[in-house]
Order: sequence, then structure tokens, then C-alpha cells
Amino acid sequence: MKVKNLTVCLGLMLCASPAAHAALNLFACEPEWAALAQEIGGDEVKVTSATQAMQDPHYIEARPSLIAGVRKADLVVCTGAQLEIGWLPALLNKANNPAVLPGKDGFFEASAFVQRLDVPTSVDRAQGDVHPQGNPHIQMNPHNIPLVAKALAQRMALVDREQAARYTGGLQDFLQRWDVAMQGWDTRAQPLRGKRTVAYHKSWAYLNAWLGLVELATLEPVPGVPPTATHLSDILAQLEASGGADFIIYAPYQSPKPGQWLADRTKIPLVMLPMTVGGSASTETLFGLFNDILNQLLGVK
Amino acid sequence: MKNTLRWVVFTAALAATQMPVALAAGGAAETPEEANQIQVLRQEIEHMRSEYENRIAGLERRLDQAEQGAEQSAEQETQQSPEQSPEQSLAQAPAQSAQAQPVQATAVPDYAPYVAEEPQVVPASGGASGARDNSFNPSIGVTLQGQAWSYGNDPDGYYIPGFPLGGEAGLAPEGLSLAETEISMSANVDDKFTAMVTFPIVVEDGDTSIELEEAWVETVALPAGLALRVGRYFADIGYLNTKHSHAWDFADQPLVYQAFLGGQYIDDGLQLRWLAPTDFYLEFGGEILRGDRYPAGGAGNSGIGSSTLNIKTGGDVGISNSWQIGLSWLQAKSDERASGYEYQPVLFTGDTDIYIADMVWKWAQNGNSRERNFKFQAEYMWRNEDGYYTLLPDFEAPYDEDWDEGAQGWYAQAIFQPFPRWRVGVRYDSLSGGTADPDFVGTPLYYLGADPKRYSMMVDWSNSEFSRLRFQYEHDMSGEMDDDQFALQYIFSIGAHGAHNF
Repeated sequence: MKVKNLTVCLGLMLCASPAAHAALNLFACEPEWAALAQEIGGDEVKVTSATQAMQDPHYIEARPSLIAGVRKADLVVCTGAQLEIGWLPALLNKANNPAVLPGKDGFFEASAFVQRLDVPTSVDRAQGDVHPQGNPHIQMNPHNIPLVAKALAQRMALVDREQAARYTGGLQDFLQRWDVAMQGWDTRAQPLRGKRTVAYHKSWAYLNAWLGLVELATLEPVPGVPPTATHLSDILAQLEASGGADFIIYAPYQSPKPGQWLADRTKIPLVMLPMTVGGSASTETLFGLFNDILNQLLGVK
Repeated sequence: MKNTLRWVVFTAALAATQMPVALAAGGAAETPEEANQIQVLRQEIEHMRSEYENRIAGLERRLDQAEQGAEQSAEQETQQSPEQSPEQSLAQAPAQSAQAQPVQATAVPDYAPYVAEEPQVVPASGGASGARDNSFNPSIGVTLQGQAWSYGNDPDGYYIPGFPLGGEAGLAPEGLSLAETEISMSANVDDKFTAMVTFPIVVEDGDTSIELEEAWVETVALPAGLALRVGRYFADIGYLNTKHSHAWDFADQPLVYQAFLGGQYIDDGLQLRWLAPTDFYLEFGGEILRGDRYPAGGAGNSGIGSSTLNIKTGGDVGISNSWQIGLSWLQAKSDERASGYEYQPVLFTGDTDIYIADMVWKWAQNGNSRERNFKFQAEYMWRNEDGYYTLLPDFEAPYDEDWDEGAQGWYAQAIFQPFPRWRVGVRYDSLSGGTADPDFVGTPLYYLGADPKRYSMMVDWSNSEFSRLRFQYEHDMSGEMDDDQFALQYIFSIGAHGAHNF
């Protein structure tokens, strides 16, 4: 990888003047986009992520440190589809940085570049915290990553024209490696097709679509409302009637207790799946993330 | 209706795509020019087709919406188990081009449920995109608040000795009552300005009135981290002064806000803020204001009666902790500013200076505040009033008494969310001020020998971030007599709900 970067670099005669260039300041709302930008831009970008693997990106405090981060950003990269609606508008309001407001080149929404699932035909808060533009957890299907990567590399080149060639090269290199990895994942994932799951939150629409998992129920009665005893009993009855499920899935930032309660009574294995990079040694990169997800699901006996 | 529409478009598109094929077949010996023209035609038709597909998708969405309205109840069932064929999405995802497609058509079931009467039609003015006139409507949110208070003493006789209350300060009505029903609207004006209006509908003594709480316009395009705001707004002083009542952690304001700022200091003016380009958060702000409201009054100094300066900084400690501290200074001119009893106020003329130090510390394990979090918040205020009070005694002519006194107050509160939905909180309030000068005996300025203080505790439950129910108990030692006070409160938000600041 290092060697390849060097060749690209030499080929384009860009290595001659590294000192004059200030790194692109990229503020990512979620760690997966920080990791992707780093794959594309390498040392040319200074990436900070607003959230960590252990945090629910729906609920983040608009902290002073994040305001300072947006103030200095050249490019803000978020998921969009209202995932960050509870905090990103507050950051953008307070940061006084016109270059990264929605509609400007400095504001990038990853969900605009993939086909969104679960787009509701009508929205009503009685259905919980639904997203009018569809399910925002798009990073869970590895086939979505190249779509976002291409658009993101283009945008990085637009914002930081000097390093455009670097980003194109980084993208090509990443896409090659990703394609190889994805073929491996697709093959490995075959046995998971048709497995039935119960999930804590509707976080897995894209994972389900990729792996062919069938989601029978969610522990939350409606999105955004924590699991209740009555609702859990209903699911228990439903599972007993329908012959059970293969996994109960939750994310690292969700409480394991409701899932554990159900697992104890149904003997269905409880699996914590990472939703983004970071958080554990095996998920340090986007490649590691999907390896880890498959290892976990395939490892269940 | 939907199927007919589809059929028409399909035939049209089919006819269109056949055309160039026929052309190409006909010209056995096509010249390069002809080949070019065919290419151009193809592109045009391709463009037309995608445009029609977009329009049809739009129409289908509208039809769906109409249908949805007709079968609300049935719809909830299907929401639970979306019939998504995994194979299909898998096949689609990689084939998707990298082009932006911000709005995707929803998967439409092939069976078209019977639509009773007239389906919605794209308005003529809509143009190609089908945009309606109301697509530029501002975001609208409504917050509904209500309460029930129980007091041991008569709340009408309540006052804080040493601190004649002004503005909106004071106790909520006893028994059941509505608090503010607040309507807020906000939207970008254009590429350089954004605007917000908030108007609470309040019921006081049986009269319902609409107040204008906020009406401001702010720049979004100034360079160098600057922002300028004009209009009516919550003055940028302290921590709690800029928070709407639905975002408070207790059903009432701290005593120091009631005594020094009349509840909350809102005024008309102009605000300039500068965010420093530092790695940590550092913001400076300054305001000039009309000075028509408590703790200013009478719009002194030709209508530029008060001004503020503030500085805020903050940051993170590890991944689990974050903090913010602020210092602010409010300088207000008053011209016969009324406070105290409504029927027999005291009038202050002179200068008021208020210095505020505030801090907030938030903790959540790994920054995951959804599950469990803790917040500590404290503010200290020091005030000096220099001028004279005009006293209006019973059966006597009004007279002036010189006044140059300091006063101070503070509160500290801690809120803990042990698990989702439930929070508990405690608060302590303290004030000291007033005068022992016998000239002021019988007025609310006179110090009665004990510093006002109060202990509060609350428990609240939130089904979602849009609903909250709260119970609060206070042991109040701020009035002439100690009192035990209980409150039940509800806060519900519908419509657009703006993101909360730190």
C-alpha cells in the first residue's frame, strides 16, 4: 500500500513540494466516514470524528469541542437522512463556518449516494422516531461503501483541488482492495441467507438486505422508545408461536439487558455487532468491521 | 389510476426508444453525421425517459400518501414487517451508479388498492419538479406545557425579602394551569440570513395573550467565525438565560434568575459573536440592547439602555466528560423600573451591573448519554445597583431614597439519568442582599434577617425525546415564611423540534 501510494505520488510529480500544503481539515459525523476519508486521503487529510463506536449517533451532545471542530473544518462528512438531526444543526448554527453549511461544497451527506431502504410513505411520530428520508444506517452494507467512496473522493478533490490527483489515486487503490474483500465477504456470507433475527433498533436494514437476514421484530416498540416489559413479552409470545429466531442482535451502545432477557427465555444466541469502526482491536478499519461482523454471525453455534 | 398512468408512460417511452432503432436500421449506409445525430437523439430520449420516471415516481408517492390516509390502521401492521426481498436489494446496490439520487421512489406494491375518489393532482404552478407553494414554509414546532402546583402558604402573598421581583419572576398559579404554549418557526431567509420567531401563548388571570418571545435574524455567511444577530432574543448571558423553558431541568427558574433577571432577560438589540479558530472552544460575544425589560427598564440612554459582554470556553476530558464555563457582564440603565408588589411597586432609577460566572459538566459512560448520564451545573451572580429607589407609601407622597447596594446569589444542581427515560435531580438556591436601612422598612427591599434559600428535587420520565412528565418538590425558605411546594408538570413537543445546544 505504501509502495503503491509512492508510485502514484511519483507518477504525478506531486512529492516535490509537500511542505507548502496544509492538510484538508475533515470533520466526520461518524467514525466510518472518518475511516473512509482516511483511506482516500491518507496523510493529506486531518480527520476528526464527532462520534465514537460506543456512542449512539442519534443522541450526541452538541459539545463545545465539536463546535470548535466544525469551526475549523474544510469539509463536514455526515450520514444525513436526519440521523444527526438532534445535534448537527446546533453545531452548524454555533460554528459560524459558512463553508460547511448544507448546500455548500464543504457539506457532504453520504446517504444521498446510495439507495435508501425503509423510506416511509407517511411519517407520524406515533411510529416513533422515524426518518422521512429512510433508514440512515447505510454503512452496514459493504456494497454501499464504494458508492459513497467515489462521491466523497470527488468532493474532497473539489474542496482541496491541489491534492485532487492524490484523492483519485487513493480512491482507485481503495476500490481495488475493497472489491477483492467484498467478493470474499459475499462468498463467506452465503450460509447466513434466510437466517431470522430480532434486533434492538431498526439499525440493520442494510445489513439484512446484504446478508439476506429476515428481521422478525425489534426490541424497541417503536424506533427511539426504549424496550418495555409488555413489548418484550409480546415478542416472546411471537417467537414461541413462530418457531424462534437465529440471532438477537444489538449494537455496542445499546443496553444488552432487554436482549439478554429474551435470550434467557428463548435460548436464542445474543450477538453484539459493531456498527462502525473503532471500539475494538478487530474493527480498526472498514475492512476489519465487516470481517468482524461475519466472524461474529458465522461463529454463533 | 396508477396503473393507467404507468401504462401511458410506458408506451410513450417504448415508442420513443424504438424510434432511433428504426432510424439506425433504415440508414444502411449511415454517415458519421447521422451516427452523431442518432447519438444525440438517444441521449435526449434517455433524458426524457429519466425525467418521466422521476415525475411518475413523484406522482406515485403522492398517490401512496393519499392511500395511506385512507388506511392508517392497516398501515401500522405492515410497518412492523417490511417485505424487503434481500436478493433484490443485494442485486440493486452494486449496480447503483455513483450519481446523486437524493430522493428515491419508495418500493410500490404491484397491487394498487382502490382509491375512493379524486386522487391528488400535481398543481399547475408546481412546475416540472412538482414543488408546492408550501415547500418553503418554515419549520414549525409547538411545545405544550402544563402544571399543577400546591403551596402551603398563599402564593399571592409571596415575595423574597430584599429582592423586589420584576419581569416574569414569581410563583406559578396554584392548582392546575397551563404554562406557556410555545409556537416557534424558523427557516433560512436566503443564502446569507436565517430567522426565527417564537411566540408563547400565555394565560394570565384568565386572559389569553400572544407574546413575542423571540424574533431574530442572524447572519450565516460572515467570514472569520463571526455572526451577527438582530431582533428580540434571550440575552447571551449566563448558562440558563438562553434556554427555553421546555429545556429546563426543573419546573421553575433558580431564585437568582428570578431575583436578578426577572426570570429570564429577553430584550431587543444587536448581538455580535466571534468564535476563535482554536482547537478548543472559545467564543466571545457582545450585545447592545434596548433596555426596556427587567433588570433594565424605561429604555434609558435614548433606547440603548443595556449592554452585555461574555466569553465562553469548553472542551472534553477523555471520551466520557465534557464541560463549559462562561463569564458574562450585563450593564443596564433603568429609568423608573418597577418591581415588587404590582399594586405598590418600588421604582428604580440608576445603573445595574450584573456579573455572572457559569459552569456545566456533563458525564456519560463512553459519551453514550442515551443510556446513562450525569450533569452538574452551577451559576454565581453578583449585582450592584447604583441610583435611587422611588417609594410609593400608603397615603403619602412618593419620595426618593438613595441606593448603592451589592447583592449576590447562586445555585447548583445535579441531574442523573440512571437508565433511559428516568431522571432525578437536586438543586440548591441561595441569595443574599437587601438593606437594613430603616428608611426601607415595609418595602420588599428591607432585609428580614435571614438569607433566602431553597432546596428542590425532581423526578421526570420521558417516553421519547418529545414527551416529559415531571414531579418536583421544594422546601422553600426564600419568602417571609418557609413553605413546602409540590409540582406536577408536563412538556410535549410536536412538529419540528430544533436541536438542543450543550
